[in-house]
Amino acid sequence: MTEDTAKTAMQADLRAAAPRAAPGLPLLRIEAVAKEFGTFRAVDGLSLEIRSGEFFALLGPSGCGKTTLLRMLAGFETADEGRILLNGEDIAQVLPHERPVNMMFQNYALFPHLNVQENIAFGLRRARLPRSEIKARIAEMVALAKLEGLEKRKPDQLSGGQKQRVALARSLARRPRVLLLDEPLAALDKKLRESTQAELMELQRRLGLTFIIVTHDQEEAMTVANRIGVMNAGRLEQVATPRELYEVPATRWVAQFVGDINLFDGQIDRYSAPATMTRRLAIVTRDAGTVHAAEPRQPIARDDVCVAIRPEKIKLSRRGPVAENTPALNRMEGVVTDIGYLGGVTTYKVRLDSGAVLRSSMANTARIDLDAYGVNQRVVAWFTPDDCVVLEQ
Amino acid sequence: MSARSIFARPARLAGLAPYLWMALFFLVPFVFVLKISLSQTAIAQPPYTPVFDTAEGIAGIIAALLALSFDNFTLLISDNLYILSYARSLVVAVLSTSILLLIGYPIAYGMARLPRGWQSVAMMLVIVPFWTSFLIRIYAWINILQHDGLLNQVLLSLHLVSAPLVWLSTDTAMYIGMVYSYLPFMILPLYATLAKMDPALLEAAGDLGASPLQSFWLVTFPLSLPGVGAGALLCFIPIVGEFVTPDLLAGSNSLMIGQTLWLEFFTNKDWPVASAVAVVLLLLLLAPLLIYDRLQRRQLERTR
Repeated sequence: MTEDTAKTAMQADLRAAAPRAAPGLPLLRIEAVAKEFGTFRAVDGLSLEIRSGEFFALLGPSGCGKTTLLRMLAGFETADEGRILLNGEDIAQVLPHERPVNMMFQNYALFPHLNVQENIAFGLRRARLPRSEIKARIAEMVALAKLEGLEKRKPDQLSGGQKQRVALARSLARRPRVLLLDEPLAALDKKLRESTQAELMELQRRLGLTFIIVTHDQEEAMTVANRIGVMNAGRLEQVATPRELYEVPATRWVAQFVGDINLFDGQIDRYSAPATMTRRLAIVTRDAGTVHAAEPRQPIARDDVCVAIRPEKIKLSRRGPVAENTPALNRMEGVVTDIGYLGGVTTYKVRLDSGAVLRSSMANTARIDLDAYGVNQRVVAWFTPDDCVVLEQ
Repeated sequence: MSARSIFARPARLAGLAPYLWMALFFLVPFVFVLKISLSQTAIAQPPYTPVFDTAEGIAGIIAALLALSFDNFTLLISDNLYILSYARSLVVAVLSTSILLLIGYPIAYGMARLPRGWQSVAMMLVIVPFWTSFLIRIYAWINILQHDGLLNQVLLSLHLVSAPLVWLSTDTAMYIGMVYSYLPFMILPLYATLAKMDPALLEAAGDLGASPLQSFWLVTFPLSLPGVGAGALLCFIPIVGEFVTPDLLAGSNSLMIGQTLWLEFFTNKDWPVASAVAVVLLLLLLAPLLIYDRLQRRQLERTR
């Protein structure tokens, strides 16, 4: 495609109503993309498909390559290997200013010498839209981002939240196929961040656009996204819905990165499993004795495994649970060493008799809890086999 | 409250320092010059009258004040030697500043885009000429520009000219000297504004459909205007009053106001007229300063 036809095609897109490919179809295909900076492989042969109308989050610790990947999608970096296809077309050679993709920058990157209205109009003017159309779009975006009355203000005269909304309006004004958001809420305080997350989700649903957000904040990713790709060292560890990510982490790394978790290394005991418990695995752990776990859907090939249990799945009681005779119930005893009262939940650290530390958290469902545990209290910690995740080491 | 005022007082005194400096080294000398500009020449020491004589008391001072007149200023208007000098100074300053901007901007822009480590090297290279006396550097230019100087030798050996050209004592030589001497003053403020610009702004412009050229004109250049203003003023003001460069490199058929002033002072020994020339020059230079100050203040208010 020559530059001119690419440009006119994009202008046609801009004039058309917001493009709505049928939801669920793959819009963006990332095929074995790699990017190196010197000897450092920031993105390492990563493949990913993002569907139209999806709110996708790239989650990972800093330096995992998530921002580099986003910048390749925007066209600020070129991939050393692999292809990036948008609607089936390779966009590797398309310059940033010719891509039907827009980005909302981490620190907003608002033009300080232009007022709110001019900032929003910047992209529209470059697309050479008719004057009346530009005016209409500005009005639409101002209403969308609730910026009424601020049109003539310069960025310096806006609050953090207002700047964020201007940046959003500016990046949406060209009606991109895909909106890239680079840590868009990192600069906001907690309360404002939460309300803005809700606004972003509402906006994305209403416009039917595809949003790709980069964040290191797992709560944020889980709140806003339909699907999350967890990145580590330039690779995707797991791509899943927030619930799957938390309840069925694919790797030990994901289990540890997303939320809190107790991990016990051990070996599958394939011989002692009673015939009645065909769907259970018995795992002999070093620190927690034999743990019974539900057999995962994917068969476990190796015997060296790790049992993972989320803290809130572990209940504590003074005596064992009522159904103490349930054969596969996991129970272990220990002493409470640490209590953290967080309002909604209380977290406990229990030193097991084996010496290992177990973390448990329990919801404070009653205002007055006469039965609360104290430090040095001897307790029984118990959890069901279904609450265990078995991960290969 | 008391604790605050203890800390506030030295701070307030420190705030007075620049005013004190200005009063001592600018305002007081200026009052002397103003007084001399209102006096008449005399063959005496000092070479003008009236002179304040405190021995004669208040009456003497009043008599001296009454003897002051504006004759020297009317002379400046009636003799077009002065008007031509002022005009030439302004033309030279405007032209030199424009050339400096055209050369300095690309250099500063290039510097700001160098890798971090190289930026300080480039900065050093810009400042290095200051290590040698200004006068010596101008003499070096005389050497380069003279009849059998380096420039003519190079041009001849490259067969670009068949006979040596006359460089010295021309306006071209003077402009070369001006641009050479003031280039660092143009580059440094420009570099300072360009270097602190957030590179994400250019990415944002590109992302929103601006080509690299559009990004420059719509984002980089408008945001560098404070640097352009500072650089232009830092060059324009001293160039208007330049004496050494035009005296050594330009011809003698038209004079800049600095040269006229020098002539009045040292050749004609006419201190009052020389002082009047200086006072008018100062008033002329005040105008661009005030405009720049107003622009700066407006920008400051905007950021508040």
